[in-house]
Amino acid sequence: MSDLSRQNDGPGCPILSEDDGERITLAYGEGGRLSRRLIRERMLTRFSNDELNSLGDAAFLTPESRQLAFSTDGYTVTPLFFPGGDIGKLAVFGTTNDLSVSGAIPRWLSLSLIIEEGLPWSVLDRVLDSIQSASAIANVTIVTGDTKVVPRGAADKLFITTSGVGEVIEPSPPGARSLQPDDVLIVSGPIGSHGAAILCAREKFDFDPLPISDCAAISQPLISLYLARFTPRAVRDATRGGVAAVLHEWADASGLTCIINESAIPVTDCVRGICELLGLDPLNFANEGTFVLATPSELVESTLEILRKHSVTNQANVIGRVKPRRDNPVLVVRGIGREVVLDEPSGSPLPRIC
Amino acid sequence: MKFVDDYRDPTRLKTQLAELRKLITRRWVIMDVCGGQTHGLLRHGLEQALEDVLELVHGPGCPVCVTPAEAIDDAVELAKRPDVVMTSFGDMLRVPGRRGSLLQARARGSDIRIVYSPADAVQLAVKEPAKHVVFFAVGFESTAPATALAVLQARQLGLTNFSLLANHVRVEPAMRAVMQLPGNRIEGMLAAGHVCTVTGFAHYSAFVDQFRVPVVVTGFEPMDLLAGLTGCVRLLESGEPQLCNEYSRSVRPKGNVHAQRLIDEVYCVATVPWRGFREIVDGGLVIRPALRDFDARSRFGLAASLFSSDGDCQSGDVMTGRIKPIECPLFGNPCTPDNPVGAPMVSSEGACSAYYRYARPIEVRT
Repeated sequence: MSDLSRQNDGPGCPILSEDDGERITLAYGEGGRLSRRLIRERMLTRFSNDELNSLGDAAFLTPESRQLAFSTDGYTVTPLFFPGGDIGKLAVFGTTNDLSVSGAIPRWLSLSLIIEEGLPWSVLDRVLDSIQSASAIANVTIVTGDTKVVPRGAADKLFITTSGVGEVIEPSPPGARSLQPDDVLIVSGPIGSHGAAILCAREKFDFDPLPISDCAAISQPLISLYLARFTPRAVRDATRGGVAAVLHEWADASGLTCIINESAIPVTDCVRGICELLGLDPLNFANEGTFVLATPSELVESTLEILRKHSVTNQANVIGRVKPRRDNPVLVVRGIGREVVLDEPSGSPLPRIC
Repeated sequence: MKFVDDYRDPTRLKTQLAELRKLITRRWVIMDVCGGQTHGLLRHGLEQALEDVLELVHGPGCPVCVTPAEAIDDAVELAKRPDVVMTSFGDMLRVPGRRGSLLQARARGSDIRIVYSPADAVQLAVKEPAKHVVFFAVGFESTAPATALAVLQARQLGLTNFSLLANHVRVEPAMRAVMQLPGNRIEGMLAAGHVCTVTGFAHYSAFVDQFRVPVVVTGFEPMDLLAGLTGCVRLLESGEPQLCNEYSRSVRPKGNVHAQRLIDEVYCVATVPWRGFREIVDGGLVIRPALRDFDARSRFGLAASLFSSDGDCQSGDVMTGRIKPIECPLFGNPCTPDNPVGAPMVSSEGACSAYYRYARPIEVRT
């Protein structure tokens, strides 16, 4: 490793603009001795298990349940590290959360890295450490993986793809098409923290305090709900597009209208303040550990009771109801009690001029 | 969040709303000049709660909306140069010129970056001495002090790679232009609180005397908006066209003298093209000749456009109250925030965007 890196350490090397140690070179992605060394020294030491250690072309899974859930997602976040998380934690929780909201217990994960030539080893190590601890929290095993190194400029520092397989707990949430009028809408915690944290980190905003991403595993509270047979009609982690995007999708799928009450939606003061300053709406901001759930009204109390026992969802709150289709798919009751249209988010939120 | 919550308290809002409704004896036509007020009125449901008793018209106070398409074309053209980094506020990027928006130009390879303050653009020029950083400056007197400061900072730092593509506009001349239009129906005006924070409001006395309509300096939170409307209705009902400040927690009669000095040091008043108006006499601020090195138009030899051409967009009729956004034949089809024909549909302060987001009629709902 060090031999090759040193070749690049000479004076005038464009890669070493900052003094942060040795860098990853293309040779580590070319499949030979160095690739195997990377896997042996950095992957197997952290993620060791029988399936991965065999270094086969495929992992063999032995499920206990009748049905499996399978999900995949790519992670390209910039910056790689932000208050409350990093790309590694995001790559584990993002995919396991997709399995959890689908009614499954996350079990197995694949991990694919695309590394830009020149990434400091120290950065890769930090991300891999984070993946290791996130996998332990989410209780998933990394059973297969891949690593590529691409020339400078062909990727932005580090891209991660994870695919996850989970075992479905029956009955699983039937989904948004099954929503009924008078179903209750619950949000699992304060909204918009991830979007606000990324915006501040990316733009180097100096708010005090800085918003902290909600990046977290939501499998525990959801599995508790499923096992207790308080199966919701639909659950969705409110990632890109935020809560507004979820409600629009649900209204479309069900042909009903979602009405929420602005004053019932949990938002931290910090996120609210940033949104007020920039003219943005926390309902459109991404979340990475906060979900929206729809459940029949008779299950609301038991659902809240279970959610509030878990630290990640202890601020869960009822935010509104599903109603027969009105003129608009999604409405928000604001200040004076008027129902105002909530538009579907489009593109990333751009701050206003004045 | 105390300073927000205090002005959004539902109980206080309902009481104030009931008081306002009690005062009203006829359907007055009141213009809120600023786009921020337009959005506040619609987002919080105040306009919807008053539409049976008051006619609210949304004036030309959205800086993005009044920036002529020609100015956006200039920005798109400049951004094509390989040595130029074009910077602007995010709001400006989606607004269509005649040859597309800055967002589309960025997708075609131009180096266009969003900044949150003109000072960030100056810092970028320091960091990238091989590039020329242009800040696309739009906005009323509320934004002009910050862009003026950026120019003065650049001069102090001895930067030769920073300039402004300046399209600053002034509120009061636009209000005059509205009042002088044939068939004008405006009976009262809410003046823009943040602009008055900079400019003060004493100068509106002459406006009130000339046009005999009340002008009420108004803020942006729901309680501020209701206070402004209540003040304006009270003056209308008593037949007293007076000047009144309902945003005294921020606005002083003489305004922010320091900010005014900054504007004066960098800009002079000029007649400029406005989208929706062709041009407005004394409606803009242009960079003083002594600072022409920081004027992108001068640096890159761009001719200033004489008049604004608006294409099919009826923003002029919307911003002067001749039609409501929903009465425009393009509203919702084909003009939507994803496919805007004109700036008022895409700007976060635009009247058309406010109606599309918060008060879309049933027939154009998707």
